[in-house]
Amino acid sequence: MAKRLGKQTYALEKPIHIISTATIVGEKEKNGPLKAYFEHCTEDDMMGEKTFEKAERKMMESCIDLVLEKAHITEQDIDLLIGGDLLNQLVTMNYSARSLNVPFLGVYGACSTMSESLAIAACLLDAGVGEIITCATGSHFSTAERQFRTPLELGNQRQTYSQWTVTGMGSCILSCKGKGPCVRMVTFGKVTDYGIKDIANMGAAMAPAAMDTLYTFFQDTKTEPKDYDLILSGDLGKLGSDILKDLMREKGYILEENYEDCGHMIYSASQKTFQGGSGTGCSASVFCSYVYKKLCNKQFKKIIFMATGALMSTVTNQQGDSIPGIAHLVVIENSSVAK
Amino acid sequence: MDIQERNKKYIEYVELVSPKASWGKSLFNAFLIGGGICVFGQMCADILRYFLPMTDNVTISAWSSMMIITIAIFLTAFGVFDNIARFAGAGTIVPITGFANSIASCAIEFKKEGLIFGLGAKMFFVAGPVIVNGVAFSMIAGVIYWIITLL
Repeated sequence: MAKRLGKQTYALEKPIHIISTATIVGEKEKNGPLKAYFEHCTEDDMMGEKTFEKAERKMMESCIDLVLEKAHITEQDIDLLIGGDLLNQLVTMNYSARSLNVPFLGVYGACSTMSESLAIAACLLDAGVGEIITCATGSHFSTAERQFRTPLELGNQRQTYSQWTVTGMGSCILSCKGKGPCVRMVTFGKVTDYGIKDIANMGAAMAPAAMDTLYTFFQDTKTEPKDYDLILSGDLGKLGSDILKDLMREKGYILEENYEDCGHMIYSASQKTFQGGSGTGCSASVFCSYVYKKLCNKQFKKIIFMATGALMSTVTNQQGDSIPGIAHLVVIENSSVAK
Repeated sequence: MDIQERNKKYIEYVELVSPKASWGKSLFNAFLIGGGICVFGQMCADILRYFLPMTDNVTISAWSSMMIITIAIFLTAFGVFDNIARFAGAGTIVPITGFANSIASCAIEFKKEGLIFGLGAKMFFVAGPVIVNGVAFSMIAGVIYWIITLL
């Protein structure tokens, strides 16, 4: 059974290994600074399909197939699939699960879905619910753009503080047995809203939620930022991570070189995405490639992975509501150094 | 600290740290491309007048507008327009090119949901408000003009 620490944090009793991960990204992401870490890239963002929604689904299905193949298991071995995406009614994930024939839990945490899925999966495994759980999340620039913003070919200027939705999928397999880095602790975040209404400024909308979760985690565990090799936030982007650093400083915690942000890492400045990447696929693809590989080869021993989500809808936004944010946190340790 | 005060302080802080677009550069780019489009339109009109000397001015300006609209739609269809607009901003939105692009881009985007409830219903998704406002404000302007003529 998981042990409760403080208010929101749970330390897991069993080692929950992440035995395998897989990523598929689009062309823009492949041309970014992390290109060496992404295994699969699709040059055709339509994936040979007629609509972008179908393309996103196909990418998701391929990503799940890939992770199963890498772990040398079949879909019959999976006890549960947990995942989500950005689209209304989680169509990508729900429709992908249709073709898999495995028990499925759809979760929505906007861009925080990867850490949310990991946290749920790890807790379930720790409690003895199933033995192998697959987590998969992803997003597609073209479907997100049409749902949350404007038609693709519309000639408008993007705000300098905006972010770019990542076309990418990430999936991983968690198991009580086997090898690989272990999920040690989870912190479930609270919905936090500091009144930001500008739909383009998601970094600023999510930063308070990230601060709340991270601060609570440090308080609950009585640890400090320097105790971790990497503190990775989801997709705050450059502006959002600067705001998070400021907010954490106010609370008495200094985030230094070991702090990074997936959104900030995934694109280079020359790719004109302004503040960086966002979307469910952003933290998923960075975590399942770059971070996982560095955990496996022991460059990182103990990390905090905290994906953040902006939980707005276009309807509430047009009705003048502000944007609530959320952040869920997992601590992952390399198994060989675990106590 | 109560929540409203906290939010107010945070929003002010975010306003302060969010990067702003450079006004001078945006204005210059808009002037360059927007002006270029107008010069091109004038060129079309002058060429038409040269080849069709008997045509009246109204017909010529209608034809030159149509030429610019057609070019804007083709550029939208080939995926070039949004790249130009990203640079030019109001330079492509304010001339008739912006209106053409707003309808063409919606038509491309929503065609996948079918010709009636997709393309048909959502073609004016962006341009619709412009038309509604255009009609509403011209009515107000008309009433003001009518009152002035009474004086």
